[in-house]
Amino acid sequence: MKQEITLKKQHSGFAFFKQIASIVKSKFEKDAVSKSLKKTAITIVSILLFLGLWHLGSKALYNKEAAYRIEKALEEQGPAAADAERACIASGESRCQPNTLPSPTQVWASFMSLIADHHLIQAKKDAFNLKMESTNAKLIAQGKKAIVYTGRASFIDIVLTSIKTVFAGFLLALIIAVPIGVIIGLSPSLRSAFNWFIQIFKPVSPVVWYLLVFMIVKTLYIGASSDNAFVISFVSVGLCAMWATLVNTAMGVSSVDKDYINVAKVLKLGTFQKVFKVILPSSLPLIFTGLRITLSVAWMVLIAIELLAQSPGLGLFVWEEFQNGANDSNAKIIVAMFVIGIIGFLLDRLMLTIQQMVSFNKNEGI
Amino acid sequence: MSATITKTDNTNFENGIYYPSKVMLDLINLKKVYPTPKGDYVVLENLNLQIMKEEFVTIIGHSGCGKTTMLSMIAGLNSISGGNISVLGNPVKGPGPDRGVIFQSPSLMPWMTALQNVLLGVNQVFPHIPKKQRVDIAKYYLHKVGLDGAFNKKATELSQGMQQRVGIARAFAIKPKVLLLDEPFGMLDSLTRGELQDILIEIWNKEKITAVMITHDVDEAIFLADRVVMMTSGPRAKIGDVLTVDFERPRTRKSVLEHKDYYACRKHLIDFLEH
Repeated sequence: MKQEITLKKQHSGFAFFKQIASIVKSKFEKDAVSKSLKKTAITIVSILLFLGLWHLGSKALYNKEAAYRIEKALEEQGPAAADAERACIASGESRCQPNTLPSPTQVWASFMSLIADHHLIQAKKDAFNLKMESTNAKLIAQGKKAIVYTGRASFIDIVLTSIKTVFAGFLLALIIAVPIGVIIGLSPSLRSAFNWFIQIFKPVSPVVWYLLVFMIVKTLYIGASSDNAFVISFVSVGLCAMWATLVNTAMGVSSVDKDYINVAKVLKLGTFQKVFKVILPSSLPLIFTGLRITLSVAWMVLIAIELLAQSPGLGLFVWEEFQNGANDSNAKIIVAMFVIGIIGFLLDRLMLTIQQMVSFNKNEGI
Repeated sequence: MSATITKTDNTNFENGIYYPSKVMLDLINLKKVYPTPKGDYVVLENLNLQIMKEEFVTIIGHSGCGKTTMLSMIAGLNSISGGNISVLGNPVKGPGPDRGVIFQSPSLMPWMTALQNVLLGVNQVFPHIPKKQRVDIAKYYLHKVGLDGAFNKKATELSQGMQQRVGIARAFAIKPKVLLLDEPFGMLDSLTRGELQDILIEIWNKEKITAVMITHDVDEAIFLADRVVMMTSGPRAKIGDVLTVDFERPRTRKSVLEHKDYYACRKHLIDFLEH
């Protein structure tokens, strides 16, 4: 019974997977099959349409820039140079390719090359670790730090760094915002005392939060050998993103159904019992709504903050590729864009699923 | 305590203290005022009512006359503007489990099962008895209201009527001195209402807890009550009339309907409401 309910809830959470799951599940229900087939077909058609438009757009931009280059060569160096340029572009030589919006195929190729690169780096890393195994064991035995691989990070490492940072920031936001939210939710006077604070700091831009955190962490870490980019970025992410949880928690706690409070009063529940048996469970749905917003805000601001903090995540990757200006840099930026979007989507689905699991009112799903 | 008092009447002893009267609940010159920008609004004034031990009193009156205000003042959920309320001679100062309340909406904690909802009260009122015994108490009352198969169902999985059954079980399980019912069946369809009235009266016959119940339903008022209290319309509402229903107990719906005084009682109430 319980299993079935969680399954149902997950379905409503993962609408995306639901389509696939329901095709498999409802083999016997013809209606459902045709419905979900139709839905899937519409999705596929829209994806194809999107890819087609993208392809045409990038082609037009490519042609425009190619024409401009030939024109420029003609003006500056004469007809011979223009012919050479035209031939060069047509030959597909990377040196003279127009640098513009990459086409879907280029982005796909970049993605594959990033994955191949990851395997390459992984192999190097494994080889390095194997080589250093005995040396490291000795170092550790002597109480010294082991030597770790410090080569270039692969794309997958970069993504993992970003996910690690966002979860650390999310946890920080949760640890700060939920208890404070509960406390100020319980007391109207504390709520008005904190109100100005929340109203003023809530709209502050991620960049400014980063600078503030930088000021503090830089001083705290003076003399410490470890790299503080990770600390700075996750703390900034947490501070930027915690406000939604803080406000939602305070609201949830302060607006518990009056009937429940009356029941608690009639039974003369103690403060501890009242908070943990009545107030917190009834505000859980709102707290999780806040946490869901917090996680998506955290993922959004992460990119900007990583860029500023020089933390080796997706934000820095995008920025470095832009600065780099290599032939496939633009394609890599678009790859990063899709990866950011897809991970953001999955994180949101994850939170929605958890939210629906803790929500006692089944009609409340968003 | 003077030695002259004989212990023949045990019902007058509560925790070893002797009370000279059989009055359970005493409302004296009760007044309720809500301040508004246009001046004070007096809901209740000079309201006097005495309710005896083991008595079932229903309160009937027009909507908005202050019935619920009065009940929530007895429950301690609403402050008293003037006069006083006492339970067994002790003035009411805030809510407490000696006055169980069954609210109009079932007010169950939706994240808890039926059993947990009842246990919430039982654990609070009987913290010193073993856990198993507390669970047994909760299960006993859930059984009494006919929810044998639904102990572990979440409150949200139960129908409105079943939720209110849990509400009844929760109120009786904490063994209050007074039971306050605020239109508990108002939101139910008439079939379910009848069922729940039967359940309520059956448990009440056994436990004999002093009960005060607000209702809009004339038949319900007569069926359940020893006395029907009629309140005048607000503002400044007070007790308008009291009708004693001395039909023999235990009652069944049929015996009440066929009682020779039933229609006279009914007419009395309707005349009052339509005056």
